[in-house]
Amino acid sequence: MLKLASFMTRPAAKYLLIVLALVFPLIAKNEYQVYVMASAFIWAIAVYGLNIITGYCGQLNLAHGGFFALGAYTLGLLTADYGWSFWPAFVGALLMTAFIGFLVGVVSLRLKEHYFAIFTLCVGFIMYMLTDKWEELTHGPIGVRDIAAPHGFGIVDFTETTPFYYLVLAFLIFAIWFMGKLSRSLLGRTFMAIRNGDDLAQSLGINLMRNKTLAFVLSTTYAGMAGALYAGMVRFIGPEDGNILHTFDMITYLLVGGIGTLSGPLVGTVGIVWLTQSLQFLEEYRMILFGPLLVVLVIFFPRGIVGSFLGWLHRKTLDAGLPAAKKKESRIATGKEVENNA
Amino acid sequence: MLKIENLTKMFGGLAAVNDVSVEFEANRINAIIGPNGAGKSTFFNLVAGTHKPTSGRIILDGEDITPLRCDYIAQRGVGRTFQTTNLFEQASVLDNLIVGHRLRTKSGLWDVLINSKRLQWEEKACRDKAREVLDFVGLNHVENRLIADITQEERKRVAFALALATDPKIVLLDEPAAGVNPEETEGLADLMRKMVDHGLTVCLIEHKMDMIMGLADKIMVLDHGEKIAEGTPTEIRENPVVIEAYLGSDEDAAA
Repeated sequence: MLKLASFMTRPAAKYLLIVLALVFPLIAKNEYQVYVMASAFIWAIAVYGLNIITGYCGQLNLAHGGFFALGAYTLGLLTADYGWSFWPAFVGALLMTAFIGFLVGVVSLRLKEHYFAIFTLCVGFIMYMLTDKWEELTHGPIGVRDIAAPHGFGIVDFTETTPFYYLVLAFLIFAIWFMGKLSRSLLGRTFMAIRNGDDLAQSLGINLMRNKTLAFVLSTTYAGMAGALYAGMVRFIGPEDGNILHTFDMITYLLVGGIGTLSGPLVGTVGIVWLTQSLQFLEEYRMILFGPLLVVLVIFFPRGIVGSFLGWLHRKTLDAGLPAAKKKESRIATGKEVENNA
Repeated sequence: MLKIENLTKMFGGLAAVNDVSVEFEANRINAIIGPNGAGKSTFFNLVAGTHKPTSGRIILDGEDITPLRCDYIAQRGVGRTFQTTNLFEQASVLDNLIVGHRLRTKSGLWDVLINSKRLQWEEKACRDKAREVLDFVGLNHVENRLIADITQEERKRVAFALALATDPKIVLLDEPAAGVNPEETEGLADLMRKMVDHGLTVCLIEHKMDMIMGLADKIMVLDHGEKIAEGTPTEIRENPVVIEAYLGSDEDAAA
C-alpha cells in the first residue's frame, strides 16, 4: 500500500500519466469523450492559475472567471473582427490578460483577505457586465462567432477534435511543468510565506506588493491562456462564458483536488468534470449528490484529495524510516495532532 | 547599536508608546517588561517597521531607519518573532525555514523560467542556511517533521530559527517563552545566551520574571506607553516605581 502510494509521487508516475493522456484519444469510446477531456484540460490550466494566487499566495481571487473570459474575448474579437490569425491573437490574449491583471492587481492587492475577495468578485462581475452590455465591442448577448481555430501550419488541422486535444495537452503539460518549477523555487516559497501571513512574510524581508502582484499577473495570464484555448476550441463565445459561476466552479475543482498542491488542480478538475459527465442522466438533480459529497470532502479532507494524500504519505514514510525507539515518540506526536484537530 | 529617540505612537487619541528614548547596546540581552497593554508589542512593531511612529526616530547602527518599510528594515538586519508565529503547518520544518534567507537572494521569475545558475546557487544557499540555523537552535532531528507534528517548544525554536535565517544583527523576540514549561524556558534562555555569544543582539518582551531577572543585561520597563525605568535586573527589582506599577502592592502580589 505504502509502496504503491509512494510510487505515485515518483517521476515514473508522471510519465505514466503523460503516456495515458497521449493514448487517451485511441482508447476513448467516441470523439465526444476526447472533446470532454480537452475541455477538462483547458479548465485545469485555468485552475492552475487560480492555484498560484489563491493556493500558493493565499489571496482568494474571485475575478478569475472574468480573466478567463477576457482571454477568450481577446482572442475571439481579434480573430473574428480584426482578422488576426490564431497565434498572434493568442499572444495578444496572453499580453492582454497579463496587462489588465497587472492593473487590477496593483489596485486590489492593497486590500487584504476578504476585502480583496469582495473587490475581485466585483471586478469579475464588471467584466461579465462589459461583455454583456458593451455591444459595440463585444457584440453583447449575441456573442462572438467565426473565431479562428489554431493555425496548424499546413501540418495538422486543429478544427478536428483529436489534434486539438493534443494541442491542449501540450499547453497543460507546459503549464504544470512551469508550476512545478515555480512551486519548488525560491519564488514559490516566497508566495507561500505570504500565504502564511503578511506580517511574518514582511518580517522576513519580503516585498509584499511586488510578490503579490507578480503572483496575480501569473494567475491571470494562466486564465487568459485557458480562455484563449477555449475560444479556439468552441469557436463561439458569449457573455455566459464569463459568468461568475465559472469562478466558483474553478474554486471547487481546486478545493477538491487540493489547494496549494501541484497535482491538485489536475485531479480536481478532471475528476469533477468526469463525475459531472457520468451523472448527466440525473440532470439538475445531480447537485443533490454533489452537495453532500462536497460537504463531506471539506469536513474530512480540508486539504483536498492530493493534499490529504501527501500529508498521510509524509507521516507514513517518516514513521517507516525512523528507528523503533523514535517511532514510539512519533506516534504520540501524531496522536496529539489528531486530538488538536478534534 | 539600536537607538530610540523620543518614540511616540498615537492610535487615535491614545498614546500606545509615549516619548520613549532608550539605547540598546550590541551583544547584550535587553528585555522589555511591563503590564498588559503597556505598549511593549507596539514598541516592537515600531522598531520593525510594521507601524510607523507618530514622531521620534529609530537609529540602527547610525542609520535612521524610521521611514523605511518593514521589509527594508528586515534587510538592514532586524529579525523578529511574533507571539504566535504562523508557520505552514503542512510543510516540513526545513521547508518552512528555507524562505527565511530569501531576502539575501535576488532570483526572480526569469530565473525560474530558465532555471538559471544563480537560482540554483541561491536555493542551495537558502537550504544550507536553513540547516545551519536549525542546527543552531538544536532541532536537527525534526528537520523532516511537519510543523503540525512538533511540540510547542520546538515551534518556538523554529520561530527563532526563521528569524535567524534572515542573518539579523538584532532579533526582537515577542514573548519567546510563553506557553512552555519551566525546564523548556531555561532551554530557550540558554539559546538566547548562545545567540549573544555568536555576536547577536537580543531584545525580548517577556512576562516570566524569573527568566528575565536571570537572563537580561538590561531591562526597560514600560507602563501606559511610557518608559518608567531602565537598568540592570538588580536596579529594576529594587526600583519602587516599578514595584508600584508592575507588581502592584504587596497584597496584590500575594494574591
